[in-house]
Amino acid sequence: MDENRIFLNIKSFFKDLSKKNAFKVFTSVLMSILFGLLIGFLILLISNPGTSFRALGGILAGAFGDPKSVGVGIGDLLYYATPILLTGLSVGFAFKTGLFNIGAAGQFMVGQYAALVVAFYGSGLGPFQWVVAILAGIIAGALWGFIPGFFKAIFNVNEVITSIMFNYIGMYLTNILIKSDRTIFDITRHETHHMSRDAFIPKLGMDKLFPGSRADMGFLIAVLIAITLYLVLNRTKFGFELKGVGYNRHAARYAGINEKKSIILSMTIAGALAALGGALKMLAPGTHYVGNTLSAEEVLASEGFNGIPVALLGLSNPIGIIFSALFITYIQRGGFYVQSIVMIEIIDIITAIIIYFSAFALAFRIFIAKRVQKKKAEAELANENSEEVDIIPLHKDEEVRNE
Amino acid sequence: MNYIIEMLHITKEFPGVKANDDVTLQLQKGEVHALLGENGAGKSTLMSVLFGLYQPDSGEIRKNGQVVHIKNPNDANELGIGMVHQHFKLVENFTVLDNIILGFEPMKGVFINREEARKKVLELSETYKLHINPDALIEDISVGMQQRVEILKMLYRENEILIFDEPTAVLTPQEIDELMGIMRNLIKEGKSIIFITHKLNEIMKISDRCTVLRRGKLIGTVETNKTSIPELSKMMVGRDVQFTIEKKLAKPKEVVLAVEDLSVISPLSNKHVVDDVSFTVRKGEVVCIAGIEGNGQSELIYAITGMMKTAAGRVLLHGEDVTNKSIRYRNDNGISHVPEDRHKYGLILDYNLAYNLALKQYHTPRFQNYGFLKLDAIKAYAEKLIEQYDIRSGQGGVTIARSMSGGNQQKAIIAREIDKGSDLLVAVQVTRGLDVGAIEYIHSQILKERDNGKAVLMVSLELDEVLSLSDRILVMYEGKIVAELDPKLTNEEELGLYMTGGKAGTYHG
Repeated sequence: MDENRIFLNIKSFFKDLSKKNAFKVFTSVLMSILFGLLIGFLILLISNPGTSFRALGGILAGAFGDPKSVGVGIGDLLYYATPILLTGLSVGFAFKTGLFNIGAAGQFMVGQYAALVVAFYGSGLGPFQWVVAILAGIIAGALWGFIPGFFKAIFNVNEVITSIMFNYIGMYLTNILIKSDRTIFDITRHETHHMSRDAFIPKLGMDKLFPGSRADMGFLIAVLIAITLYLVLNRTKFGFELKGVGYNRHAARYAGINEKKSIILSMTIAGALAALGGALKMLAPGTHYVGNTLSAEEVLASEGFNGIPVALLGLSNPIGIIFSALFITYIQRGGFYVQSIVMIEIIDIITAIIIYFSAFALAFRIFIAKRVQKKKAEAELANENSEEVDIIPLHKDEEVRNE
Repeated sequence: MNYIIEMLHITKEFPGVKANDDVTLQLQKGEVHALLGENGAGKSTLMSVLFGLYQPDSGEIRKNGQVVHIKNPNDANELGIGMVHQHFKLVENFTVLDNIILGFEPMKGVFINREEARKKVLELSETYKLHINPDALIEDISVGMQQRVEILKMLYRENEILIFDEPTAVLTPQEIDELMGIMRNLIKEGKSIIFITHKLNEIMKISDRCTVLRRGKLIGTVETNKTSIPELSKMMVGRDVQFTIEKKLAKPKEVVLAVEDLSVISPLSNKHVVDDVSFTVRKGEVVCIAGIEGNGQSELIYAITGMMKTAAGRVLLHGEDVTNKSIRYRNDNGISHVPEDRHKYGLILDYNLAYNLALKQYHTPRFQNYGFLKLDAIKAYAEKLIEQYDIRSGQGGVTIARSMSGGNQQKAIIAREIDKGSDLLVAVQVTRGLDVGAIEYIHSQILKERDNGKAVLMVSLELDEVLSLSDRILVMYEGKIVAELDPKLTNEEELGLYMTGGKAGTYHG
């Protein structure tokens, strides 16, 4: 491949990102964020009129509001963004292939557990311990995604139902396994023991870049995964098949694609992604501050559910998801820093509002798309080629009747 | 002259294109007025102007001589203008009655007065002989019945000017006849009809006058009984259209497809929808399966192409038993398939045209390398097919398939399947919804394939297509092949008798 070609490839890569829906995407995301901030501000005004401006400023300052240094703020931002970046990729990837993976929480938890087991029992693996721990997490999560995918493909059981069930099965199963294992579980503190530092993932210079912060190589791995997913979805035969099945299962089958295999693989990959998030969180050196421990409570991992708004705000585009994960973490960090002046619950509510308004990004996009499409449809209708285009622009989900 | 609606010198321009250029259409009271034109001639734009969806740049609309301004469909409705769209606008899981009254519910206090509505609907159904069941769910009734519901919607709203947008595209021949009867009843009761179509024989059969558009311009309005099909088609296309297909004598060679004692059991009804069927298709011949819709043709094709399981029997391709082979295997080893349902199977509507054109071959070394798609090759291939098969779309290869017109979607599928170069082309209802120009082109392509030594298996509901294109006709009735006929020695009457079971089978395949 000559240099020119590489350059062209890179160029078309970025063109793909920016061109198609750039306008729609950008405005819709911006609109949802602004709406979220507006309502959040109203709540601040009602609850804490005196400090509302300072609080809002703190939230908006986000990661840069770290009292120690901006470097620590950014480093922590990357650390906290990593798990939801991966669960976001998990949910977004499934979305792109026509599936709704609401099971990211369960996959995340089995990923954490599998990584934890290797961290406690795999000391003989030496420098490869963290690699094996991550792989173990991925395999566990892949299995947790595979099962709903299998049921969907073979028995046509809705993946939403199975994944929700597997969230709970994953949670209770890991709880039982943790509690019954004294090597892992500290019965007096009612959480797992601290794992050996040897099992931590390397920092790979991130501690030099953001000294004093919790940053490690986890974020770099997640970004690498996001770019890979983007390429897989948009550049490969495999992605072509997965998306094809997502858009139209029947036509994909007609084209000779094994649609059952595609659905199973899709869910398996989604499960592996969420579990990687869990494993990276478990093995992060930064987590040591709070303890690389699991407390075996009956709570589903919030990272799993936060993956849904991350994916929605990123419009399921892996590259978009990098930015949406960073944004949502940014707001959450901002809230964290101002908790001295605002009740922590209020901050949670506001960040939640912004996050969940972000879910409306899709609705806003449809709204904008419809307006743009209407104009376009008029032009196209005129364009003698496409006279039969329906007069009222069809929404994507609307059933199109056969002629 | 007593015109109920006049559209005078309508011009509607869109960026870059004049969709309607000084078009005049005058509808007399009590006539069926056909509006004829190719896909993209400006028919829909003109009707959208009349229905209030677009405002004309210049020109005026008059009703009974009075100038009117139609700003939206509600205005149109108030002027008594109703439209049956090509794609019906019905709520699938509502009853017929609820669909009809939707938006115009008669009220009794805060409740809907269904009794009154039902009475009115049944009266209308009686008057116009529509025979509808007001309590049936839309999703349970046939397409023909759904169309009647759309007609009833207009009648319920007391519309007197009825626009039918390509109403026959979705109907079987029997349903078309019935629709013609309904249209005559409507005229008898004093309604006026604008009938958009590109099927010339229907125009000759039902309409009083016909207005022809070509590339946005008015070509003329003629009285139907003073014109002929060749003249109309020349007005529409701008050149003489070949109606009688000139084909050379078929030179059948070796067998490509052999179907032996094939049976298919429907997963829905658990009945033998295909019952012990045997036949062969040879290189260099067109075999056409005729029959009334729902007599097992679809399932037979699905079994041959691998999309449905067989209950018994074998499918041999080049002598190789492919009965249990995957769809991909059959695609790669010599079967091309133009499917019956172009939206459900033929296209991934949210993929762009280029991806759809590569849909059957993306996995071959031509379009992928180590699992990476060769986007440049896909693009170039799309450009080639678009050019070669005259597929018209807004932005070429990157046009999303959903936004293309039905005719061009069909052309894209045909281009993909023919260009694949398979030995066997299976084509189901290949010209459904296309205009004469496109039909002529596709017929000639199919014959070219035949003459190039390809085997062609067609399923068609259109008898004239069956008779003119095929070298052999197999008639299917209730899952069985009841006759093999030579198109040169048979006619529509005989075919019709076999198709309806009126003549006993003689076929032993």
